Amino acid sequence: MSAGHSSYVPSQGPMRWLDARLPLPRLLYDSFVAFPVPRNLNYAYTFGGILALMLAVQIISGVVLAMHYAANASLAFNSVESIMRDVNWGWLLRYMHANGASFFFIAVYLHMFRNFYYGSYKAPREVLYILGVVIFLLMMATAFMGYVLPWGQMSFWGATVITGFFTAFPFIGDPIQQLLLGGFAVDNATLNRFFALHYLLPFMIAGVVILHIWALHVTGQTNPTGVEIKSDRDTVPFTPHATVKDGLAMVVFLLVFAYFIFYMPNFLGHADNYVPANALKTPAHIVPEWYFLPFYAMLRAITFNIGPIDSKLGGVLVMFGSIIVLFFLPWLDTSRVRSTAFRPIYKIFFWIMIVDVIILGWLGSRPAEGIYPTLALIGTIYYFAHWLIILPVVGLIETPRRLPASISEAVLGPDLGVGTGTGKGAPPARAGAAPHNVA
Amino acid sequence: MSVNETAEPTRRDFLYIATGAVGAVGAVSALWPFIDQMNPDAATLALASIDVDVSQVAEGQSITAKWRGKPVFIRQRTDEEVQSAKEVKLDELKDPVARNANLPSDAPATDENRSAPGKEKWLVMVGVCTHLGCIPLGESGDFGGWFCPCHGSEYDTAGRIRQGPAPENMAVPAFEFTSDTTVRIG
Repeated sequence: MSAGHSSYVPSQGPMRWLDARLPLPRLLYDSFVAFPVPRNLNYAYTFGGILALMLAVQIISGVVLAMHYAANASLAFNSVESIMRDVNWGWLLRYMHANGASFFFIAVYLHMFRNFYYGSYKAPREVLYILGVVIFLLMMATAFMGYVLPWGQMSFWGATVITGFFTAFPFIGDPIQQLLLGGFAVDNATLNRFFALHYLLPFMIAGVVILHIWALHVTGQTNPTGVEIKSDRDTVPFTPHATVKDGLAMVVFLLVFAYFIFYMPNFLGHADNYVPANALKTPAHIVPEWYFLPFYAMLRAITFNIGPIDSKLGGVLVMFGSIIVLFFLPWLDTSRVRSTAFRPIYKIFFWIMIVDVIILGWLGSRPAEGIYPTLALIGTIYYFAHWLIILPVVGLIETPRRLPASISEAVLGPDLGVGTGTGKGAPPARAGAAPHNVA
Repeated sequence: MSVNETAEPTRRDFLYIATGAVGAVGAVSALWPFIDQMNPDAATLALASIDVDVSQVAEGQSITAKWRGKPVFIRQRTDEEVQSAKEVKLDELKDPVARNANLPSDAPATDENRSAPGKEKWLVMVGVCTHLGCIPLGESGDFGGWFCPCHGSEYDTAGRIRQGPAPENMAVPAFEFTSDTTVRIG
């Protein structure tokens, strides 16, 4: 698509001089101006841009917060309170950063939803997709370590529980946990290293994002029909079409984000984290941040031993497995049709899976009592069944709906669409001059 | 595709392998300080023993001492609690091993092996859930012992895991009663 030829023509002398020595403006022009995108992209495709924006928001607000934060167990809690009360605009910066993490995950989950629904992970975009899962894992690690830094009760006990995952592994588990904690329990050494890593990981995310975008620009974007680009008539240039569409989506997204920052900044947090960390008292009801809840529910669902695997290791393996399985989707999906919109049977299962994950999230927020662990077990079994059984089997037995011959046919109708002849003259030209997106 | 390749190793092959091996050893040696710095240092590892005065702990009460950064529960159990712990058959236990640092590692998890020697009312154990390290709440749960609020593990009145995701009984640390009213832990 983009690889190969470049249409960049530097007009001024200095730009010609630079282009002959370091063609950075050419790279940016080819990537974000001339890059051809399918003409039928809908708003589900705007979350990539939103995620890039959120990464920038988190890095900028995080760097300035680090100027006021003290990564020491006896100072950390008070330094965060001082950011809230004393530092100029500190309340805004901290609420922006804390809610920014949640909105980062809202955007990434919608981005992943779009990927699953439109089959974006299928060949030839496996590497692009796997890089995305890597970014997701890095985001989870970064968010977890960031949540420890305020050194409240949820910070402390969240760190205890999550580093406790590693003790589930026989023999090597305890040494690994001590290596991570720098002691026998979560303490100052833990806080210090988590701060260092929390500062480092976002830049690693940025690095993988560059690879992710690079891979995207090699294969080109998918689109709601799942039909590959076949001619220039299927595409529009990134600027202004995608730029403006992404821009509008960003503005709407930021409006909601701002509403949370200014009117309900603690809605997504936990009151317990405004209690300083206490190594001798676990909060009565310990839950992770909302974006980890489905995985947390799966961890708690395994309350019984499975042969030689005890319940603790079982829970940890299931939780890690719920993400590891995502790496294999390109090969688990046997359907020759990319977009779920053209798959009548899979569409039903797809929505059941989405509901299942939402229910798991709700179960993760409930105490581990009564009927809840049993329901979580059912939800967990269904989650794995979806990816490991339903996805491969439905792809083999399903008869997909007829696909449009091309993107332009899907958008403009069969008369104007197929980009073979140009004999019709005026009508295609007009259609091309006024591209629109079907939402 | 060279035609004069021979199966015989040459001096040059030996030098390549030797150089590579030394380089690999050097790289790993240089890496090790960057990994080992994360481990607990000597000050953290230094094992402190603590003496705890338990003269104020009446029957049915417990205190929590802090040892190696972790809470240690010291509880003087009631007769009913001791009785109910003794009535449990070993094959009803999820973890049949005592987990008592003062006993051999294969000692069965009887109430005698869990409580203080000669003082069956006293229970001394690290108050950390063996699942993921939360601190269980005392005198709660379906088995009258401890209940972990994090993931729902339930322990009986001898601190043995009975239900939920935790794999082991709560650990009994090395300890002794140095007098009737003092426990030395560690």
